[in-house]
Amino acid sequence: MAMGEFTAAPMAREAAPRGEIEDRRSIGAALFRAVPYVLLGAVSIFMLFPFVWMVSTALRPAGHQSELTLIPQPYLAFENFARAWTYPHTLFNQYAINSLVIAVVSTVLAVALNSLAGFAFAKYKFPGRTVLFYLVLATLMVPFQITMIPTYVTVAKLGLINNYWGVILPGTASAFGIFLVRQFMQSIPDELLDAARIDGCSEFGIFARIIVPLSGTVLAVLAILTFLYRWNDYLLPLLVLNRQQMFTLPIGITNFIGEYQAEWSLVMAASLISIVPTVALFVFFQRYFVSGIAMTGMKG
Amino acid sequence: MATLSVALPRRGRWRRLRQRDIVPYIFIAPNLILFGVFVLGPVAFSFGMSFTNWDGLGPATFTGLRNYAKLLNDDLFATAVRNTAVYSFGTVLPMMAIALGLAMMLNAGIRGRKFFRVVVYLPVVISWVAGSLIWRLMFLHPDGIINAILGNFGIEPQLWTGDPALALPAIMWMSFWKSLGFFTVIYLAGLQTIPPTIHEAGVIDGANRWQLFWRITLPLLQPTTLFALVIGIIGSFEVFVPVLLMTNGGPGYASMVMVMAIYRSAFVTHEMGYASAMALVLFLAMFAISWLQFRFIGREVEY
Repeated sequence: MAMGEFTAAPMAREAAPRGEIEDRRSIGAALFRAVPYVLLGAVSIFMLFPFVWMVSTALRPAGHQSELTLIPQPYLAFENFARAWTYPHTLFNQYAINSLVIAVVSTVLAVALNSLAGFAFAKYKFPGRTVLFYLVLATLMVPFQITMIPTYVTVAKLGLINNYWGVILPGTASAFGIFLVRQFMQSIPDELLDAARIDGCSEFGIFARIIVPLSGTVLAVLAILTFLYRWNDYLLPLLVLNRQQMFTLPIGITNFIGEYQAEWSLVMAASLISIVPTVALFVFFQRYFVSGIAMTGMKG
Repeated sequence: MATLSVALPRRGRWRRLRQRDIVPYIFIAPNLILFGVFVLGPVAFSFGMSFTNWDGLGPATFTGLRNYAKLLNDDLFATAVRNTAVYSFGTVLPMMAIALGLAMMLNAGIRGRKFFRVVVYLPVVISWVAGSLIWRLMFLHPDGIINAILGNFGIEPQLWTGDPALALPAIMWMSFWKSLGFFTVIYLAGLQTIPPTIHEAGVIDGANRWQLFWRITLPLLQPTTLFALVIGIIGSFEVFVPVLLMTNGGPGYASMVMVMAIYRSAFVTHEMGYASAMALVLFLAMFAISWLQFRFIGREVEY
């Protein structure tokens, strides 16, 4: 894959002016042109309504739960967020801290380790490279749902139950991350590395001072996708963390619903707080999400 | 320095060569160790455990193929397999078709495409937990918003997640909402690799829209379709969170899926050996389906 594809494929702005070659005469054509907007409008409503309903429910005052108005009546209960955060018998603040620590440490570790391995696979020839690379790719075929039992047993044997590391370590080595980084770094010319070697740069120095600065985009993609995946992850934390003080947000939120079945306003307020970081990341760094998909999706 | 520079080149080159030989292994080592400890080792361990009656605590006794024999006669597992298949094909295929349609509309120089792209992708970035809870709330009986909206059209309130016939469709509906954007963006990326000149040539040769789509767009998208299908089917076999949070596999076992069955056997009833056998069957199913797809769709794809 050439470097150009990274910038071209995901971002190509306007598509071919295909429609303009043909018609443009009749009213029928004008109607035909309106069809996509109508369909996309309908899809947008379908996509957005659950979010709207989430906000609406989160702002519904206690005692008015069953009133299904879009705008909560009789007032907007912003205090629900504070109530969710400080609700008795839940440790929302602690859940948020746990989620943040696990997501941030996992992301830093994954970016560092996956990029080193991706670099090695992209830029060194060494005996066993092909075999090792296929071994890494093979792990893509083994999702966590398959290995959850033995992975749980391993984590337990290592004494990492109810420990941040018990969640962080099993997901750190990522075939996806290594593959992503490798694809990108293959396009960096070897001459750059050789020039640095002649200047007396160590191999790690080449990685740190030449490769990393050139790979900003792919590392950002990897960091964002890893953070998102870790922040949202449910199954691994569910198995490894069973003390309430250690819960992450997704687990803590489901705990809300078990104990306070009726308080949907609080469940939605808590859920809303938990999705704010990911939605914000997405809105601000949108192009990285799209190029992340393009980079892996177009591997062909 | 001047005195040293005479002696260094040879030794320096030797050391540099050595360094370049060893360094890649050092760079890969942390990942390989983690893969070994948390993926490959566990897979081997799991394979071994599937031939025992291990309960997770006590000693394991070798029981041969008894777990696999039990699987064949396990109604719950049969239901889980059937539901997983229904869920998988019932969500992935319609989702891919609609995603392709959306991507083509977005790719056709439409106004506001950036906005639509954000909107359609928004559910992808939130957690399955939050998504499942939103839909559980909306599907509530009798006074959820979905029943309220349908009530306006004279439709009786439904039990949805509490109705054996509607529980699985409700989960599928939620998954469709959650993942549609992912496939749309994949197709959008695929469409953008097709040079517009090919379509222009088709138009000059007198092809209509229908022919352009079937003869040009779709064949050129084959690698994208293959990728989306493999990712989609494998991902759908992994479904767990929405089932756990929306129906808990119920009512009865009406929405039981494979990962849920594995989870229950392993962590609720503590039949680790039996659950390992289920996991192995799930893995083989994923592997077989991916292989078939590469064999029959990937055949004509040029890489």
